[in-house]
Amino acid sequence: MDQLDLARIQFATTSIYHFLFVPVTMGLAVCVAVLHTHWYRTGRAEPARVTRFFGGLLLLSVAVGAASGLVQEFQFGLNWSRYSVFVGDVFGAPLAMEGLAAFFLEATFLGLWWFGWSVLPRRVHLFTAWMIPLGAMLSAVFIMAANSWMQHPVGYEINPVTGRAQLTSVVDLFANRIFVWGYLHVVLVALSFGGTVLLAVGAWHLRRAARARRAGTPDPALDEQARLLRGSTKGGLWLMLVATVLQFQVGGQLGINETTFQPMKIAAAEANWDTCSPCSFSVLQIGGFDSGETPVKIIEVPHLLSLLATGSWDGQVQGLAQLDEQYNQQYGPGDYVPNVVIQYFSMRVMAYGAGGLAMLGLWGAFLLWRRRFDDSRLFLWVSSWVVIAPFAMATAGWLLTESGRQPWLVQGLLLTKDGLSGSGGAGQIVVSLLIVGVLYATIGITAAVLMIRHARRGVGPLPPDDQSPGDRPTTRAAGAAATY
Amino acid sequence: MDLPTVWFVLIAVLWTGFFVLEGFDFGVGALHAVVGRTDAERRSALSAIGPWWDGNEVWLVVPVAGTFAAFPPWYGAWLSGQYLVFWGGLAALIVRGVALEFGRHADGAAARRVWTVLLSVASLLAPAFLGLALGDLVAGLPLDGAGDLVGGAGAAFTPYGLLVAATLTMLCLAHGATFLTLRTTGTVEGRASTLRRRLLLPATTLVVLLAVVTVVAHRPGAVATVAVLVPVAAAVVATLWSGGASAGRTFAASAVAIGGTVAAIFVGLFPNVLVSTDPATTLTVAGTAASPYALQVMSITTAVLLPIVLAYQAWGFWVFRARVSGSSPDGPSTKASAAADSAGRPSPDPR
Repeated sequence: MDQLDLARIQFATTSIYHFLFVPVTMGLAVCVAVLHTHWYRTGRAEPARVTRFFGGLLLLSVAVGAASGLVQEFQFGLNWSRYSVFVGDVFGAPLAMEGLAAFFLEATFLGLWWFGWSVLPRRVHLFTAWMIPLGAMLSAVFIMAANSWMQHPVGYEINPVTGRAQLTSVVDLFANRIFVWGYLHVVLVALSFGGTVLLAVGAWHLRRAARARRAGTPDPALDEQARLLRGSTKGGLWLMLVATVLQFQVGGQLGINETTFQPMKIAAAEANWDTCSPCSFSVLQIGGFDSGETPVKIIEVPHLLSLLATGSWDGQVQGLAQLDEQYNQQYGPGDYVPNVVIQYFSMRVMAYGAGGLAMLGLWGAFLLWRRRFDDSRLFLWVSSWVVIAPFAMATAGWLLTESGRQPWLVQGLLLTKDGLSGSGGAGQIVVSLLIVGVLYATIGITAAVLMIRHARRGVGPLPPDDQSPGDRPTTRAAGAAATY
Repeated sequence: MDLPTVWFVLIAVLWTGFFVLEGFDFGVGALHAVVGRTDAERRSALSAIGPWWDGNEVWLVVPVAGTFAAFPPWYGAWLSGQYLVFWGGLAALIVRGVALEFGRHADGAAARRVWTVLLSVASLLAPAFLGLALGDLVAGLPLDGAGDLVGGAGAAFTPYGLLVAATLTMLCLAHGATFLTLRTTGTVEGRASTLRRRLLLPATTLVVLLAVVTVVAHRPGAVATVAVLVPVAAAVVATLWSGGASAGRTFAASAVAIGGTVAAIFVGLFPNVLVSTDPATTLTVAGTAASPYALQVMSITTAVLLPIVLAYQAWGFWVFRARVSGSSPDGPSTKASAAADSAGRPSPDPR
């Protein structure tokens, strides 16, 4: 383990961990704002309770997302100072904009929304609810623009004196094709994530109520939870289904973008060593992850890789061996093939997971149509467990994106090994890895326990001094309501 | 003023704002178990910062990202050179943040005690580590030509940096106690006001000591010397007022004391951004600035966004200007509820 390995492990773990909570936050924030809007329109107490219930989940998710996000902001300079110096001009600008445009908005209005529950006028309170997803969605704009620049650098020049990359067009940064499609992808990920959470939480409660009914001992408390959460469960199902179906369209475009700008990434995702035309797609293969190995392919789908990578039936997909040779001539001797195993399996976890979510969504839609949604044991059981899937898929997605860029830190401009920090060395990264490992594991487990507990307890009563709709806030009582 | 200077000032202002705002959050976090003996009292102490601390924390994210964008070599050299210092600060901030949120969900006395301890310790360590990082900007570090720290990780723990860390941590405690006298009632307010007096005196002593050391060791120019005297004056005034003057006035003085301490560091630092023991390898504003185009883009963005941010944050402070009552949120409501609750309200669950 040298400094490079340790720094890469640290970046991978911290980034993947951060992104376990980010899409939950983005998706839930949208769902909570929609629920709040429903409450605002009806003015009834029940939607208010459901809104607050999911708001509690959102707060837990934001806490971990914001805490792990701090590390993201610092770690470029901590472990990758050569990279920071080289790209700061281009890469730092979107990060600074992200703080100003998005983080302030999200953090400030989250406090206003939660503590302003019985303090703010109804319309203002609704406004604060919508500012949270706006902030969350905006933050993804800037960070995705920065990351897309690493995948496909545009709108820059290399300063001959300093040797640093310099921004020449901020418009190009946000018009980057990798960014536009990548951002759409992330938004849909977040929405399907939010939908899945609503579905899973509701399904768990619906199942309990149904079980009690079947046993002949209906429980009014369980029935009340089922009644309260039925709407959000259905809404979550539809959101998950629609977002996942749209995702297939975006995913297709992402494949074509990769073929254009990062052919290594897609060739590695199919363990495709030799240029082919047309190219088939293997559902699963054993072996064949090193050049020269002959894989055992389980079910091959002819033409599918050509379709995924080029959008045409007989499209040509370059092979890893040919690309490596080409890069050796272009950039000098080296190994330019990313980790094929990671690419191959990440791609499949993501694609099959999306397929599974879409099937589940269709199943749920069918049950709704047949009026058997509330009593289908198997469907509700699968739905409560399916919440694990998006976490695995999000992890796989970032592995595919970032590991597939290797050995480049900035595609074609800077090798990962040249971006490390000059100060310190492996020893202090070990220390920080230990800190991060212990902290993140403890926090992650605690957050999961608290979220599951909150979800299982179900919808609670309203806070003690909630007001009738349209009450003017009374500042003296405001303090009493805004309790921690 | 050219754009690099504007960005240096902006970064200094943001760091100053961070310590003024998060300063009282840290103070309250560290003192919440001291001013609150019962669970309800501790909750009301934390309710005082509840709506705001998350938004205040962004005042740290933005100057760090701004340094990355406007002065890339400064960002790279500072963070990689102060590696363990920044990791300490990050760990403290992470623990502080999740302890505030998770602590609300704690079941049972044992779990609550764990979160109380974690929150108190992390709230003390966060300003200490970040203060050390700020002090190190001017302390003079062994840097090589590439801006890399030589002499091992221990080189980051400079005596001057440690003095800044101690001063800022102490100021945070005093600032937090002062803030509590502004937003709490009853027993919590009473204890905070006693603590305020007891904490402002050692904080002021440290501010004076830091000023003396700064003037003697760093020989600042006329402007920087005046900048060092501002927090001294403010801290003395705050101490004098803490006997009985209005909570608002004392809080304002304590805010100037803590903000002035941070601002003085940056005034003394200019036109450098990271001082080396060898003048040849000191990083400067001019030498580390990003390209004019990038600075223009960011300046326009900031000119548009920052006023909006300041407006809604100020509104957020205004909305929750009322004092937090000492009653626990789960207790019986003092206000007769007039909610048009069609479903009838179930009895509160024991949460």
